[in-house]
Amino acid sequence: MNGIWGQLDQIFVTLQHWVAGLFPVWLQPVVATLIAVVGIVAAFPGIFALTTVLERKGLGRIQNRIGPNRVGPLGLFQPIADGIKSLTKEDIVPVSADGLVHFLAPVLLVLAVFLGYATLPVGRNMVLLNMDAGLFFFFAIGASTELSIFMAGWSSRNKYSLLGAMRAVAQMISYEVPLLLSSVVVVMITGSLSTVKIVEAQGGFTGIFPHWYVFTPWGFVGFVLFVTAALAETNRSPFDLPEGESELVAGYFTEYSGFKFALFFLGEYLGMLSIAGFAITLFLGGWGAPFSFLAFLPSWGWFFLKLLAGIGFFIWLRGTMPRLRQDQLMNFAWKFVLPMALLNLVVAGAWRFMGDGWLRWVVSTAVLGGAYVLLGSVLMRRQGIGPRSYRYAE
Amino acid sequence: MIFGLTVAFVLVAMVTVAGAMGAAVMRNVVHCALSLTVTFAGLAILFLQLDAQFAGFAQVLVYVGAVAILVVFAILLTRGVGTSLIYVFSKQWTLGLGIAAAVFALLGWAVLKSFPVSGPVAASEVTVKDIGAALMNQYVLPLEITAVLLTVAMIGAVIVAMPEKKVKEGEQ
Amino acid sequence: MTPLAAYLLLAALIFAIGLAIALTRRVAILVLIGIELMLNAANLNLIAFWRFGPHPEALTGMMFAIFSIAVAAAEAAVGLGLVIAYYRHRKTTDLDAMTRMKG
Repeated sequence: MNGIWGQLDQIFVTLQHWVAGLFPVWLQPVVATLIAVVGIVAAFPGIFALTTVLERKGLGRIQNRIGPNRVGPLGLFQPIADGIKSLTKEDIVPVSADGLVHFLAPVLLVLAVFLGYATLPVGRNMVLLNMDAGLFFFFAIGASTELSIFMAGWSSRNKYSLLGAMRAVAQMISYEVPLLLSSVVVVMITGSLSTVKIVEAQGGFTGIFPHWYVFTPWGFVGFVLFVTAALAETNRSPFDLPEGESELVAGYFTEYSGFKFALFFLGEYLGMLSIAGFAITLFLGGWGAPFSFLAFLPSWGWFFLKLLAGIGFFIWLRGTMPRLRQDQLMNFAWKFVLPMALLNLVVAGAWRFMGDGWLRWVVSTAVLGGAYVLLGSVLMRRQGIGPRSYRYAE
Repeated sequence: MIFGLTVAFVLVAMVTVAGAMGAAVMRNVVHCALSLTVTFAGLAILFLQLDAQFAGFAQVLVYVGAVAILVVFAILLTRGVGTSLIYVFSKQWTLGLGIAAAVFALLGWAVLKSFPVSGPVAASEVTVKDIGAALMNQYVLPLEITAVLLTVAMIGAVIVAMPEKKVKEGEQ
Repeated sequence: MTPLAAYLLLAALIFAIGLAIALTRRVAILVLIGIELMLNAANLNLIAFWRFGPHPEALTGMMFAIFSIAVAAAEAAVGLGLVIAYYRHRKTTDLDAMTRMKG
């Protein structure tokens, strides 16, 4: 790709090479990596700030009220006010709390979450670490965040914190397996764990429609399962029982105030952003354009547009759906999501070997649709939900 | 280069051994479990230094992500929160320490006295594709046996840890 | 000291510390922690020999280590289940008090 749009597409890469070129040869790889790291550390917390404002205003409009509107035009400078507030609030640590563990928990969370951005391809040639097992790296680092949540809940010596922490960890462990299984489908069809290769495999176009995996039956089911498991992994509504304000005060970060609370907040939202980024990479074509005639626009632009759409979807879900109870949540994970993910694997394998044509579409859709209806009806039968009945006062 | 070893290796090795020593001497059992997690992470970094990418990430995913949490949950379910024992070590601790020291001395002597291996071999690029192919061609029997073993272990752990049902008085 | 000898010594040290934990501490769960450390030390040994050995493309060492990780995780689960079951009966995990089968 050449011309002005091609140059705009690669503008950050050119910038990185130019700055690295100012240093001696033996220092250049280090400087190039450092610039990419600075880019990630600057861009994603910036999106986090935007997300907090979007969330509060979005939730406010869904709940028929105006969100924050005092600071700046339409309240858009609210994150600055939030940042100043969290930096200047007093840092209260309970006397009986375990000092070192209490301090290390938010640090470990933010560390693990930032590490997870290393293999996310933000644009064409714009990935920090092109590892052969890039997706595996992300899931391994994501599994370490559970430990920091447990550390936070346990070190506070508070029953609400401990209860919230155990619920959160149980939820995260239950949804870890469906998360991995629903992404294994993509790995199986692509033939590689490298995120760059997965995005490139979705780069073709038939006519004007892209080859994104979400447009295939198994890809669509995989996408839905991945997003469900991702919502549960990051403790977002409707799976936010561990930190529900009406349930457990604030769950595992009850005893955190000031900057450490801001770090937890940052860690949680950055986790949500990174897992949304990986959902886009795996199923929605990464930095690819949705129509072939729009492919000239910069790749990083498409990625951030999709990320914004994903965030909007998460905020919409938070404002709309009621919270799931702990046992409903675990039931859902082990009895619905996991069997569907396993069946999805089998269907994807059959898809691969049935060759091109309309037969594989019909068979896959029929099998997956039938399984969805069957599993759903079997699970719902246990609920005993019948027609609504009323009791009136005499 | 200290003793012919890179600085990175020495640093990571010190962190790993510190984590293991922490797990050995700390009073509070949860602290021991967290220090064990540091050891697991250090070992994962050592695997990555040895160009075993898949094994390193598997170590983080399985050990730090699952086994450490399992250990911590078990501690919580069997001790209660925040109690420390008066006696940390058992009555025969000198004997145990002596045996461990003897084992280390023997292994260390065996390592230092053996024929030196000719320098580091050039790292062959081991891709995940190779591992997958090996798992499906040469190692398919161990893979299936491991699958059966994991299923049996899961069922066994659930049955062993399940609370027993109370038998009613009337029926025998 | 060659890098291989350094890795082997480190693995031996971690193994010895794991053995010391398993033999000297009083809490039952710490014995399981010691066993996990010993298994990890053996894994390090396997990977070090794979890397510096004659045939790294045969993948034997790495496969062995991966299967060992899986089996160790399963064994940790069963062992902790046992400890929990014992705690439910005796309300203690003190190893020095587990003397009911003493001859």
